[in-house]
Amino acid sequence: MTDALTDHAFSLAGARAIADPDGVLILPDSDTLIVSDLHFEKGSSFGMGGQMLPPYDTRTTLRRLADAISRHRPQSLIALGDSFHDRLADRRMDGADAERLADLVASVSRWVWIEGNHDPAPPPQFGGEVRHTLEINGLVLRHEPTEGAAPGEIAGHLHPCAKVRGQGRSVRARCFATDGQRLIMPAFGAYTGGLNICDPAFARCFGATPGALVMGRARVYPVAAKSCVPDRYASAS
Amino acid sequence: MPPVTAPACLPPQFVDWFATRGWAARPHQLEMIAAAEAGEDALLIAPTGGGKTLGGFLPSLIDLATTTLEPGRNRPHALHTLYISPLKALSVDVARNLMMPVEEMGLDLRIETRTGDTSASKRQRQRAHPPDILLTTPEQLALFCATANAEAFFRDLKRIIIDEIHAIAPQKRGDLLSLDLATIRQWAPQARRAGLSATVADEGGLARWLVAQSPDEDRFARIVRGSAGARPEVEILDPSDRIPWAGHSGRHALADVYERIKGAKMALVFVNTRSQAELTFQELWAHNSDNLPIALHHGSLSPEQRRKVEKAMAEGRLKAVVCTSTLDLGIDWGDVDLVVQMGAPKGSSRLIQRLGRSNHRLDAPSKALLAPTNRFEHLECQAAREAVAENALDGEPLGAGAFDVLAQHIMGRGCGDGFIADALFDEVRSATPYAHLDRETFDRVLDFTATGGYALNTYERFRRLVQRKDGRWLARTPQIAQRYRMNVGTIVEAPMLDVVVSARGRGGHRLGQIEEWFVEQLTPGDTFIFAGQVLRFVGIEEMSARVVRAADADPKIPSYQGGKFPLSTYLAARVRELVQTPDQWDSLPDQVGDWLRLQAARSRLPAADGLLVETFPRAARYHLVCYPFEGRLAHQTLGMLLTRRLERLGLRPMGFVANEYAVSVWGLRDLSGLDFDALFDEDMMGDDLDAWLAESQLMKRTFRNCAVIAGLIERRFPGQEKTGRQVTFSTDLIYDVLREHEPDHILLRAAWQDAAAGLLDIRRLGEALSRIRGRVTHVPLDRISPLAVPVMLEIGKEPVYGEGHDSILEDAAEDLIAEAVRLD
Repeated sequence: MTDALTDHAFSLAGARAIADPDGVLILPDSDTLIVSDLHFEKGSSFGMGGQMLPPYDTRTTLRRLADAISRHRPQSLIALGDSFHDRLADRRMDGADAERLADLVASVSRWVWIEGNHDPAPPPQFGGEVRHTLEINGLVLRHEPTEGAAPGEIAGHLHPCAKVRGQGRSVRARCFATDGQRLIMPAFGAYTGGLNICDPAFARCFGATPGALVMGRARVYPVAAKSCVPDRYASAS
Repeated sequence: MPPVTAPACLPPQFVDWFATRGWAARPHQLEMIAAAEAGEDALLIAPTGGGKTLGGFLPSLIDLATTTLEPGRNRPHALHTLYISPLKALSVDVARNLMMPVEEMGLDLRIETRTGDTSASKRQRQRAHPPDILLTTPEQLALFCATANAEAFFRDLKRIIIDEIHAIAPQKRGDLLSLDLATIRQWAPQARRAGLSATVADEGGLARWLVAQSPDEDRFARIVRGSAGARPEVEILDPSDRIPWAGHSGRHALADVYERIKGAKMALVFVNTRSQAELTFQELWAHNSDNLPIALHHGSLSPEQRRKVEKAMAEGRLKAVVCTSTLDLGIDWGDVDLVVQMGAPKGSSRLIQRLGRSNHRLDAPSKALLAPTNRFEHLECQAAREAVAENALDGEPLGAGAFDVLAQHIMGRGCGDGFIADALFDEVRSATPYAHLDRETFDRVLDFTATGGYALNTYERFRRLVQRKDGRWLARTPQIAQRYRMNVGTIVEAPMLDVVVSARGRGGHRLGQIEEWFVEQLTPGDTFIFAGQVLRFVGIEEMSARVVRAADADPKIPSYQGGKFPLSTYLAARVRELVQTPDQWDSLPDQVGDWLRLQAARSRLPAADGLLVETFPRAARYHLVCYPFEGRLAHQTLGMLLTRRLERLGLRPMGFVANEYAVSVWGLRDLSGLDFDALFDEDMMGDDLDAWLAESQLMKRTFRNCAVIAGLIERRFPGQEKTGRQVTFSTDLIYDVLREHEPDHILLRAAWQDAAAGLLDIRRLGEALSRIRGRVTHVPLDRISPLAVPVMLEIGKEPVYGEGHDSILEDAAEDLIAEAVRLD
């Protein structure tokens, strides 16, 4: 798509934040780009089980990440956990993709891998530092969102998706889930599915179904919780 | 029927049997015996009621009668005849009918069925002790071929009978069946094939399909024809009420239809879609002051409900049944003497097939009443009636075999006793749909089956098929083979939900199944008709839609999603011909003739070999209407491409709508100054099409079907939906990634092939564009033309195709903004 992307600026626990329709979050005050749930080599993990999915998800994810980096040119990049789909992901990764990833890490002044449940120990060979949590200007970054109030927290893990009903049809798309105080990042990986924000898992964090910043083709659309509907049943998209 | 002297080939036992029944063997039945004795494959084309099934089985019965007479009770068990039909119910029905001659002649034969419902223990017994005659479906045959020792089971096979062959052959099921027949031929080269059909458009094509092909020349089965029987009497209803411009309800005709039902013994009322069935049923009961037993039958009803209706029909307890294509095929459910077709039949073969449901006696003509639901359908019915009078059949062309089906078959061969690639290639090419397959493509499909077939060779260690030292390919593990067997088949169902009705929203019973997309549009409280009742939607629980009975008289009826079958190319040509030939209008009702005359006066009549384009302003918008008469699917694709093209020209189109005959596009700018030859140039099938396909939901759905059939994605089974957050993998994501990195991957090629003929009907659109090239006639008008009214009336009723995705989000976002700026 060649459409020019339009960002959405908003305030998160008093700090300035920008949601990008590509699914990355920018904190302009610290020149930081946050991306979550890359799930590198998710496709090939299915291949081990006999489902030979196209093994190009890593390549697509890297291409899109490189686009976001060249668009925002951040000082720091935070990968908010579950960057690698499993512990053997780096060993299955195609050589050219591994090289691309290392180049990308080297292109940013500071690259932080936050530990996730899929990758409790992200592989060291691509560079970057590893943290369990990170604090930036009063905002706390971790992989799994805290249940109950957690103002200023930015997390991933849940892969939020919003389903919005129009006349006679509906749209389901990845989104940022936020109530203005805390935020859960959309999953960025090319093969990552999503969990509807009407799922109780979100209410446990936000007290109620949160609002959504829905990723459209070239824009981010803020959508109120009341405009979102649950999925029919618990399948991922 | 003149008595025919029995030739030597009919044993005395059979001659006697015919005599005690007061029958004589028909010439085509004797010719089938002669073909079998000559060792030839044969295609039997005979009308329903012409003793077709017996014609297929007689050679087997004769052969078995002479062999079973000799060794007595202890004769060894061997499979002699395999009978394959597209429907389980047909197998059961035929098994029952076959028992009559077998029992009356006192033949010691075992005749058994094997379908998806057959118990595991019976299956095992059938394997160990095969019956003489096994009646089954293409899917069961595929399963057989994917198990070890299948060769021993089929080794003695003498005959294969394929019923309703015209219905199977053009589909992916036909590709699969053809491949399995090719496999069985390796094990039982002596087995001869017989195809049975009542309606065959392309006799040569089907005669070729039936037979194993050789690389050097096309081979054909002997064609055996039954006598044609009496010509059907087809009448088009000229209703006393006004004929609507558009819509498909047929409401205006139902009072007349009801009167005809009253005068008939039993009537079948065919409709084209399920929602039409519901509506017609409801309306007929509104007229039913005599309380006639009128029932409903369609594929979404629960099997128990359908069985009940079928039983009542067979027992003659019903006066009429409103039904969809579920009753098209050859099951004899009772003494039908009138067939009513509501709405246009869409193709002459389908109409002839449906006509065959009435009057299963050859000497009396079957009677049909066509009830067009709108003015265009009057033209279509007229064309169909003429086609029936000439017995001119149309049908889907038999195309090249699908790659996804080939992938499934190759995997299946690896799950049985394995295969040698060279030998399998030859075997596959003996199946007619794959006769022209090249080795490179075969190898790509084989590679796909084994490792996914990607340029990036990630899956070498996890391959599903491995090659042993002797060159034989086999499934890597028994688990892989087991999983394959659970996924056999080419029918990928649209996601369906159970409809569960209860008094208070708890417990309750299942009425049937309904498409997910339909439920998706409902909001709790909405009412709709299903299973002949008005229901109120309560909500969705797991895999079911909960409903309660509603008292509403005016339900929100399922939106008519177009005919399930697009107008056949053959009938379309006849309709175009009829429209431009005023001398032929005398046969039309005055209302319809006047409408066409008005069109000629106000605008122009569409020329048969050209394209009429009209432009006119209406209600602050500018419209463009064109009349290709190519069916809804091709028109939707055309509408999509025209919209894109107008967008690129900066003309800001706002939407389009398509029906079977026309496409209407509208926007805020005047479109009358366009170069229409350029607008409709064939080159829109290039870049515009490509760009659209990248994001088309229809294309993604097509890809999903291919991915499931090819075994890339496993089917969802009942009960598996809840096991996790990410049970199945979204094929949309796979489509995007694969398209980005390997656009010529074999599975994308398979999806393209499907789209060309299927949901997008690209091939037909391409042919139409090349037909009208340089023959586009533009008529600028100052107001809407009479011919444009039907398609214009669809606006607002049909979903408008376009970039719906972001506009929905935009609306929701605007809601939020409106809420945010509200001062309260």
